[in-house]
Amino acid sequence: MQATIDIEQLGFDAGAHVLVKHALAALPPGQTLQVRGRAHGWEGQLIAWCRTQGHQCAFARDGEGGGNVATVRRHADSVDGAAGPDTADTANTANTAGTADNAPHAGAGGRWRGALRTGHADPSLPGALAERADARWGLAARGATVEAGSPPIAFRLAERDEVWGERAADLYAQAAAAQWDPQTAIDWTAPFELPDIVEEAVVQVLTYMIENEVAALVVPARFLGQLHPHYREVQAVLAIQVADEARHIDVFTRRVLLKGREPGLSTAGGQASLKTLLDEPDFSVAEFLLSVLGEGTFVSLLHFLHEHAPDPVTRQIARLAARDEARHVAFGMTHLAARLENDPGFRARLANAVQSRNDALSTTSGLNEEVFDALILLAAGELTVPAIAAGYLKVQQLMRDMAEGRQARLERLGFSKDAAQHLSSLHTRNFM
Amino acid sequence: MTSTPLMMGAVAYAPKVVTIWEGFKEYFRRHGLAFDYLLYSNYERQVEAQFDGSINLAWNSPLAWVRAARIAAARGLTLDTVAMRDTDRDLTSVLVTRADSPVTELAWLAGKTIGFGAIDSPQARLIPLDYLRHHGLLAGRDFMARHFDVLGGKHGDHIGGERDAAQALVAGEIDAAWMIDGNHMAFSREGLLAAGTTRILARTQPFDHCNFTVSPGAPAEQIKQFTELLLAMRWDDAEVRPLLEMEGLRQWLPGRTSGYDALMRAADDEQFYDAAGNIIASDYRY
Repeated sequence: MQATIDIEQLGFDAGAHVLVKHALAALPPGQTLQVRGRAHGWEGQLIAWCRTQGHQCAFARDGEGGGNVATVRRHADSVDGAAGPDTADTANTANTAGTADNAPHAGAGGRWRGALRTGHADPSLPGALAERADARWGLAARGATVEAGSPPIAFRLAERDEVWGERAADLYAQAAAAQWDPQTAIDWTAPFELPDIVEEAVVQVLTYMIENEVAALVVPARFLGQLHPHYREVQAVLAIQVADEARHIDVFTRRVLLKGREPGLSTAGGQASLKTLLDEPDFSVAEFLLSVLGEGTFVSLLHFLHEHAPDPVTRQIARLAARDEARHVAFGMTHLAARLENDPGFRARLANAVQSRNDALSTTSGLNEEVFDALILLAAGELTVPAIAAGYLKVQQLMRDMAEGRQARLERLGFSKDAAQHLSSLHTRNFM
Repeated sequence: MTSTPLMMGAVAYAPKVVTIWEGFKEYFRRHGLAFDYLLYSNYERQVEAQFDGSINLAWNSPLAWVRAARIAAARGLTLDTVAMRDTDRDLTSVLVTRADSPVTELAWLAGKTIGFGAIDSPQARLIPLDYLRHHGLLAGRDFMARHFDVLGGKHGDHIGGERDAAQALVAGEIDAAWMIDGNHMAFSREGLLAAGTTRILARTQPFDHCNFTVSPGAPAEQIKQFTELLLAMRWDDAEVRPLLEMEGLRQWLPGRTSGYDALMRAADDEQFYDAAGNIIASDYRY
């Protein structure tokens, strides 16, 4: 039966081409479509459109309607749409081989000849994630069909095992749901007055925390720009992590300014320690050092501040920030667990990284005494013998909590108890 | 690859011309043809260069072809065209009015103002004037002609004149405007001519557009290789497709010279070129 379409009063300056294009797409190449229309001058418009699309077009008198009827012959092999949406569908159902492959879809023609398949949007489907993401996929959505000849875009992190974590999508969803507004989540007007020396201690601790949060922002941000978008769930986790850190920097700074002070002191040793995180080129090693060891340790510190900070604003900030940091730790753990499962030998590399970092920092002073002393004062709340004694004990307990937390995470990653204890002890005294 | 490249002329009517011909140069060289190009700022100089040995062939506008053919004929030389785009064949120009205009027949344009493109635009001035003349309408006598004269010497390749005329039509400054059929659709796509606000009052007979014109005495073997490589370019070759897209075609076709009659008549009637290809249009600046 002859395929026929009636575009009625619709002109090609008003969208008629969409109807003709879709009617042609349903036909095999070389087949013809009869087109009827009643718009003024539609015949000339159809000819002009066919010329740009490579179709042939002829007219005859229409026995039924009395006007003209066009016969449009679909171009044999070079028509767009020949394998556009169709190809994508076929690719999605046919591609179950475990990895996304680049084989052209049989029958695809024109623009879609040699089009690249890019897995599936849903990461749980077979073949959804490529072991290595193709540079020619560029910025396309995972699962899209990419025209051959698209410019290759080099992403340094294009290996699945280098970056993937099974829980990435879940962790992103949790993070998105748990975003908080610094303006409303914290009662900035809560009344409190601290002795000057205690306020200064709070400012010093927060000054130190700000520079650590800056490192925690910069490290994932750098990897984010190097990550192939094929692994979009990981991209999303890193992006929201960066946003989290920006918010932490903001609220810590606002707390510093709350009583009219400027930030305190920043030590060479502290920055040297953080620089080693920035210098780490391997994503997994950086995740290990920053998220598993550093941010994990920071969670303990934030819990400490939530419990022992002398004012309500700092306590609220610490509680909210700790929640965010716990998610960052969780992603680091899920990524490393996956990487170690595929490559148990990588565990030695992680251990070496901790040792190297310790060696590199052996000539620095570690946690600066301003911060250490400030923590004692902060926990003490006042400069009296009993208060300082109590504050000192609390900080000692904090150190033990941090070490135990690190050991527990290292053991969960498959390190032996002894190895975990050893590596934990080598972790920078700067906490992060 | 021979060391003497086949030299082609092209007119720099837009910055993208450099990108296009650099891409073609790379394509030809990859396939063993030494090829290079010279850019001209206008078609008149380019046509003259086809007769002084500067270039072996030229990517010519239809009007440039008319002039080159006349110069060749006057000198007793033969001129050949080897290829054209699929989109160069059987174009039409349309005379567009506003949908709410009372003008529904050509005769009603008497005393009205019609917008044209550049003075040397085949599709938006010369062929439309020929069309109107053959329907008994002469500029200045039967209607007022307003020229949207953008970038003389580019022979209307720069469609700015057509766009300006379309804008003037929308603004109510003129009663009708000429444009190439594809531009009517393009202007509607981009919203310049909102859907349903214009009506096509007239459409010219089909005519042909650009072609590759071979200079007299050009090296036959290299021209043959050039033509074969050109016709072998495939739209479904991802390496080549960007070049074809930029140049606005799906497929190169063999050249033909049957589609320039209306333009030849217009060149005479509007006194643009004489029979020997001399420029006689006094108000033509390029």
